[in-house]
Parts: sequence; structure tokens; C-alpha cells
Amino acid sequence: MSLKIVVLAKQVPDTRNVGKDAMKADGTVNRAALPAIYNPEDLNALEQALRLKDKHEGTTVHVLTMGPARAADIIRESMFRGADGGYLLSGREFAGSDTLATSYALSCAIRKLGKVDIIICGRQAIDGDTAQVGPQVAEKLGLPQVTYAEEILDVEDGAITVKRRLERGVETVKGKLPMLVTVNGSAAPCRPRHAKLTLKYKFAKTASEVQEAGEDYAERFCCRPYLKIEEWGVNDIEHDPKWLGMSGSPTKVKQIESVVFTAKESRRLTPADAEIDALMKELITNHTIG
Amino acid sequence: MNFYKENPALKFQLSHPLMHKIVDLKEQGYADKDKYDYAPQDFEDAIDSYDRILEIIGEICGEIIAPNAEDVDHEGPQVINNRVKYARGTQENHDALTKAGLYGMALPRQYGGLNVSMVPYVMAAELVSRADAGFANIWGLQDCAETIAEFADEDIKAEFLPRVCKGETCSMDLTEPDAGSDLQAVQLKATYNEADGMWYLNGVKRFITNGDAQIKLVLARSEAGTNDGRGLSYFVCDNKHDDRIKVRRIENKLGIKGSPTCELVFTNAPAKLVGTRRMGLIKYVMSLMNGARLGVGAQSVGLSAAAYEEALAYAKDRKQFGKAIIEFPAVYEMVSMIKAKLDASRALLYECTRFVDVYKAYEMLEQSRKLTPEEKAEYKEYQKLADAFTPLLKMFASEFANQNAYDCIQVHGGSGFMKDYACERLYRDARILTIYEGTSQLQTVAAIRHVTTGGYLKQIRAYEAMDINPEFTALKERLVKMTALYEQAVNAVHEAKDQEYLDFVARRLVEMAGHIIMGYLLIIDATRDDMFRKSAFIYLNYGEAEVKKHAEFIATFNRDNIDLYK
Repeated sequence: MSLKIVVLAKQVPDTRNVGKDAMKADGTVNRAALPAIYNPEDLNALEQALRLKDKHEGTTVHVLTMGPARAADIIRESMFRGADGGYLLSGREFAGSDTLATSYALSCAIRKLGKVDIIICGRQAIDGDTAQVGPQVAEKLGLPQVTYAEEILDVEDGAITVKRRLERGVETVKGKLPMLVTVNGSAAPCRPRHAKLTLKYKFAKTASEVQEAGEDYAERFCCRPYLKIEEWGVNDIEHDPKWLGMSGSPTKVKQIESVVFTAKESRRLTPADAEIDALMKELITNHTIG
Repeated sequence: MNFYKENPALKFQLSHPLMHKIVDLKEQGYADKDKYDYAPQDFEDAIDSYDRILEIIGEICGEIIAPNAEDVDHEGPQVINNRVKYARGTQENHDALTKAGLYGMALPRQYGGLNVSMVPYVMAAELVSRADAGFANIWGLQDCAETIAEFADEDIKAEFLPRVCKGETCSMDLTEPDAGSDLQAVQLKATYNEADGMWYLNGVKRFITNGDAQIKLVLARSEAGTNDGRGLSYFVCDNKHDDRIKVRRIENKLGIKGSPTCELVFTNAPAKLVGTRRMGLIKYVMSLMNGARLGVGAQSVGLSAAAYEEALAYAKDRKQFGKAIIEFPAVYEMVSMIKAKLDASRALLYECTRFVDVYKAYEMLEQSRKLTPEEKAEYKEYQKLADAFTPLLKMFASEFANQNAYDCIQVHGGSGFMKDYACERLYRDARILTIYEGTSQLQTVAAIRHVTTGGYLKQIRAYEAMDINPEFTALKERLVKMTALYEQAVNAVHEAKDQEYLDFVARRLVEMAGHIIMGYLLIIDATRDDMFRKSAFIYLNYGEAEVKKHAEFIATFNRDNIDLYK
């Protein structure tokens, strides 16, 4: 059976390569110093989607992302790897969204896409590490969800079988479509960019990018519809403004503290029970563990 | 890590002035743009596409192939039931490159290729080699597809080329137990069967890289009763992995352990003739060899690049006597010499590749239309240059790779002798480079012609006439003096009219030409980009001393002494 799949992806600052300018003096992330990358677990999610596309003829994979104009990069990146296209949800109305407002906006955009069989997203993004957006989108759309997926084993007769990676083992579950699946980082890595697809889609652009590129470009663009990346603003989705952006975000950041590890001293213990016991108690008291 | 993006010296080559001509010839009016959605619109678009393709390869090299190299070296391939099983990492490398659509890069689009010119193709080979020189063989054997594209009939092209693009691997089966450097002695028998119009192969091949490949190009004796090269034809063989082609064993080697080197037994293996009978060795293998030598040039430069990165990182990191060892003259001289030899061999690699690019493009063009007299003249000119530069490149790049791998261990000191660092693998992998696809000694044999006929001198004069940054005027004056020494030595040997003497000093003469040529290439590159400035000076200091050494040897050598060496 052919499937309609939407992958939810996010462009994030590369927090894995944190240098010394990663944080500003006020404790906020210095986005300028960190390259913007495709959230790693979303790439795992994309791979699961592309495998279904390989297996089930006629399946389409589109990527939906909410973010600033440059987030179109990850849609192109997805197309280089095999996605059919994507949607960029962008606008200042979405700024300041916490996970609740984000999942609301994304669910509105998904509704606009009509019937979707599977929504696949990464477990969590490396900037916030909340793992909330996927499950919240499922709730808002009234869909069942499978989290921590390591592999989508099978899709047949309207049912999906998923292997989940849990703390103490794996669990295989089966559920009815439509379904939302969040994918764990332990899933198969995403396939590399494909050379021909990269050359085919390298000029794929959103409407605002086309405008920026000028007239010569627009000419090339107009006779190649596959180069179009859909760009949606707040008016393109059915929504209630009070659930969007700042006003839709109950999470307020009270204070940010820049914690710089300074301790350098070491302590030597003898392997006596009493000493180990004392250290355990100390670590639990100061919340290092437990 | 991305091996392409992090190294501006590679992208620099895409901006060479000759690229415009090369790409225009290759793309023939950019006519493919209306047929294929991935074909370039114009020159700038094509270069951008090259850049993007190389970025994908650079990422796969940095993220997958290089991290796998150590395990592949330890694990190696195995033979199970007469079939080769790659090491786990080798298979993973191959799958990644296949999924990225990077096999058959240089093939025409009609067969599923990307139709890139030789420069980015060779650059890809350099990148893969830096990541794992052994794996570069499996990747590089797509050269075989080039030979099919060039010489085979249309039905053979249509049958095999799209399969290469889908990731089926190739092998070129030339060597036999009694036919190594002397391929005229090949005995594997090809018999024509009138009934089904197929050829059948019987015999043994030895030292066949990736011998279990699906697509095999085989040199075989089609003319019963002959004993020389003119009795040999070239065949393409679809390996069905049945009893007709068996892998008897694989060799246990010093280096490039991930690359399976096979002994093969052919028993009535069906095959198709490539091109014309009797032209196997004389025409097709020679062409394939030139491609393979260019490939070893790229492999050598890639290995030198790896040696440089390892040596530099260690020398900066390792502290002795209270400072990083790179601050000691004995160490920084070694590291900068590795860099200078790397830059010089890379300059030679891409200069040679551009020559190959132009003449191959004309060769392809000639298949579709008659060339104008001007085009024909240019075709011949570039072919001559490619013929002259290929053995020079093969010899210098492979010898430098060995010297660099040696010095890389030396920079590491005792640690370099242990299995803990990559440098010991580089050292073992480098060793084959001066041997296969023609030893350095055979490259001298191929190159000496261009010494005696003045081919190198003519090109040196062309470089001399080029504009350079005035900063390098003093360097150029030294190169002019080196050229005079070279001419004197060549004339002295020539006047002796003694073939044995010429053969005896051939290597020295070829090396003199090489040092001068690389010296010029570096100041020309440094004129376009300052990043080559240091290497231009450092290489010239080295090359000048080498040229003087050889000049001195030849000037004072007593020919009667040759007998003492026997």
C-alpha cells in the first residue's frame, strides 16, 4: 500500500560541538557561534520514513518544520536524501513558542495536509531535550503514538509494527494507522545525501528565497515545479491566535545560570566500606546522583 | 568531519583556468540539461555540482570510511566457498557510496552516470584514499567502466555500465603467475564458440584486486599458437559467482589489507569481446593502465595527505622538554617537508589530470562528430602531455607517499612504531604504491622518452613563459638555472650514444625534470593563491639540491663503472 508520511524535523544549534563562545555572558545560547544543523534524531526519523518509501511503492515523504527562513535548509537536506518535498512553517507569530505552542502550530499545519498515514519525528531535539513535541502533536490530532521507536518493522493492512528501545530491552508493538511515531537515536543512521538528488534539488527554494534570488532565478524556477518548497505563514493554517507563539506558551524561563565547571581537586579513597558509604551519602545529599 | 570541505587546496583545483575548457568540452553545449533534471545549465552550475558531489564524498570519507579503516585493516576480507567476503567496514563503505549514487561518477548520463570530468573524479579518489588507501582500490576499479565506455560496442555498454552506477564492482584481470610486468606472456585462453557467439575463458589469474567483482575485464589469449602481445584480446565477463570463476585464495599482504587480492580459476567462463581482436594489450590495456596510474597518483596523494594530518596533529600535541615537539627545528623541518611534497605531488596530480581531461573529452567528441584540424591538433597535444605526465606523476607521488609515511612514523617516535596510531598502517599501505600498476622503475622507462625527445623541456619552457607573482621571481631564476643543469645532463648522456648508460641514469634525468616541473607548478599555484607560498619555497629548496645532486653525479660518473654494478 502506498503511504502518506510526514516527518517532523527541526533545525537546531549544534550543541555537540560546543566551543568556548557557545554561551553568551547572560547565559543564553549564542546561536551565531554554533552551526545550525539537522536535529540528529530527526535524521533517524527521516531514514525510517525513507525505508517505508523504498518498500511501499507510491509512498510520499514530506518534511514539516517550523522555524526561521533558513530552516528551509533542512528541507533541502531531506530532499537530497530522498524526501519528496517539504513545508516550512514560518513567521514572527510563531516566535517564542514552547513545546505546547509548537505542537499546536504543527498540528494545525498537519491538518491542512489532509489524510496522513504516519507522522514520524525524532524523539527529542538536542537544544531543548524535552521529548514533548511529538507526543503533544499526537494528542492534539487525536492520534495514537509509539515513542522510542528503533525500527518500523512492517506496515500492512492499515497496521504498523514498531520495535521500541526501552531502558531494559526492546518491545515490539502493533497499532492501527494513522499513527505518530517518535524515533530513538539508536535507530539506523540516515542514508547519505544522494548525488543526483542533490544536483536535482540544489536550487529548491521557498517563495521568499526565490524572491531574494532575483528574476533570473525565478525564470528557472517556474518551469521546474519540483523545486518549490512550500512556505506557510500564520494565515495559511487554521488556528486560534491565543495558542500560538508567546501567548500560547505557558512555559516561562525564570532564570538562566551559566554553570562553568571549575572544580579540579581530586580525592583518594581507600576501598573500605565505610569510606564508600560516606561518599555515597555525600553525593546523594548534594544531588550529584539520585 | 568532511575531508573535502576542510581542505581548501582541493576546491582550489576546481577554479583552475583550464576548467572552463574542460567542462565545456565535457558538457557539449550543456545539452543534457533538457533531458536530465540533474544536468548542469552552464559552466558555473557544473562547477557548483562538482563541489556538491565532492562534499558528499568528503563527508562519507570523514564520517564512515576513515573511522572504519583501522577495523578493516585488522579484520580483512575472507574467502568462503570460493567467494570473497569483505570486512564489515569495507561493505559499509561500499554501501554508503552506492546509496549516495557515487559509483560511475564519470560515466555519461545515458548510462546512469554523473558525467563529471576527470578532475573531480580524481579528487574523489584522492579523498577516498586519504580515508583508507586499501578501500580506494575497490572504489577506483570503476575505472574499468571507463574502458568499457571508451572501447566496447553499444550493447556491452548498455548491459554493463548502468550496473556499475548501481554499485556492482569491477576488477581488471591482467596478471598471471608468469605474466607480471611482462603482460605479453599472458596465457589464459579465450575460445570462440560459433554456436552461441560467445567466448569462453580458461586458465588462472593471480594478484587480482577485488577478483570476485561482478564485472570483470580480462586479458586473454584469443589467438591460439601466438606467444606475444598481438595474440591477446580484451574481454568483459559477467561473473555469475558459479563454478566458472572461482576464487582459489586471497593473498596475505603487508598493507592495503582491506583490498582482497585474489587468485582466480576460470573454467569455461563466458565472456564478450571488447573492441577489436588482438588489440587487447596493445591498445586497451595500455589505456586502462594510464587510467590506473593516474588512480595510483591520486591514491598516493591521498595517503600523503593522511600522513601529513597525522604527523602535524601529533607534533603539535606531543610535548617534550617542556614544549610541543613541532617547535624543534628537526621536527618542523620534517613536517613541512611532508607538506611540501604533498603540495608538489598534488599540483602534479591535477595538472596531469587536466591534460587527461582535455584529451579524453576530445576522444569522446570524436565518436560523435569529426574534429576540426585545430581540435585534432589540440587533442594530440594534450594526449602527448598526458602520456608524458602520467608516469612522472605515478613515480613521484608514490615515492613521496612512502617518504611521507616514513617521516610520519619518525615524527611519532616510539609511539609511531606501535599499533596504537594510524601512521603504522599508512606506512604499510604506502608500500604497494611504488610497485603496482607499473613499478617506479617501469615509470622511468615510460618517462625517459619524454626526456630524450624534449617533451618535458618544452613544457618547462611553457611554464617559464607564464606570468607569476613578482614575489617568486627569485625562485623562477633558480628554476631557470636548474633547467640549464638538466639540459646539460641530458645532452651529456645523449652525446655518449650508449643505451645502457642512458638506462642507467634514466631515473636521475626523469627526477630532474620532475623537480623542475613541480617547482614551476607550485609557484604558478602560489601566484593564484597564497596558501601554496610556503610550500613553493620549501619545495624549491629541496628540489634544487636534488637536481644539483643528480647533475653532479652524471657530470662526474665514469661510464666504465657500470660494470662494477653488475
